Amino acid sequence: MEPQLQQSAQGDTPGVSAQTHGTHRTYLIGLGYALVLTLTSFWAASTDLVFPPGVPVLLGVLAIAQMGVHLVFFLNISSAPDQTNNFLALAFGIFAVALIVFGSMIIMANLNHNMMMPVE
Amino acid sequence: MSAAEHTLAGSAEIPVSLRGPASTRVVAGFGFWLFLLSDILIFAALFAAYSVLSGETAGGPSATDLFDRKHVFIETLCLLASSVTCGFGTLAVQRAQAAMVYFWMTLTFLLGATFLALEIGEFRDLVARGAGPSHSAFLSAFFTLVGTHGLHVTLGLCWMIVMLIQVATLGFRPMVVRRFFCFGLFWHALDIVWVGVFTIVYLGAR
Repeated sequence: MEPQLQQSAQGDTPGVSAQTHGTHRTYLIGLGYALVLTLTSFWAASTDLVFPPGVPVLLGVLAIAQMGVHLVFFLNISSAPDQTNNFLALAFGIFAVALIVFGSMIIMANLNHNMMMPVE
Repeated sequence: MSAAEHTLAGSAEIPVSLRGPASTRVVAGFGFWLFLLSDILIFAALFAAYSVLSGETAGGPSATDLFDRKHVFIETLCLLASSVTCGFGTLAVQRAQAAMVYFWMTLTFLLGATFLALEIGEFRDLVARGAGPSHSAFLSAFFTLVGTHGLHVTLGLCWMIVMLIQVATLGFRPMVVRRFFCFGLFWHALDIVWVGVFTIVYLGAR
């Protein structure tokens, strides 16, 4: 049992736990922000107070904000020195996701537009 | 604790280029993070398909006719709460408190299972109303996107059971702690995908 427990990797400081886990407080703050953003999203989708064409934009902003909250408070992504690679990979991931989603939507909208029957 | 802080402060003074290979924890975390990002790319493709096809109802029911927001709100709360309890579980793993790990992970499992039960109930209800995946391109895209997320949650629940068995049999070895850390990342990433799902699929329908 003892050799197994000593199986710490090269570069690991013995007895020092990872600093990339957050604390109870981090999770509770994240929960608070996420709850507020979720409630606002559901409220915005069903209210008449907001100018209707603006609702999708508002929902998009709220969703991106909530994803940010999850990344920072739950996944503990930060710009700390030992997380440089994680951060760069995330940046590339966001770029690729944006390319796939918006690229597909623009191309398909363009195709739809060109395939429409001319109105006589 | 003061000794640990001292070591940490000392390691911060060494330049990155002289620190040697990164620890297994950092490398494993990075590798799993790359997997998660590629997984999110799958969801990006499914989101793109849904956005393109959401209007193609083939004369059948559209998104506004089908979805119940209260239902989705409860699902969202379940997943959000399970994310936090999973975080508390991961903290308990770090502190090697077995009883707390079992408590928080059981809670996480129950919340995840509730979410899954609600989603399966919704799917069955839709199919019973004649709005199954074969009805229109919109419904095919909907079932693929939300179903893939549900499949991930199912796999997460299985993984959770495996991790609890490993804690019970192997104890808190560095290997098990690393796996638990990766499981936490997986579970939180599912919650991020769900934020996209409820915004685009359920709230975007108007």
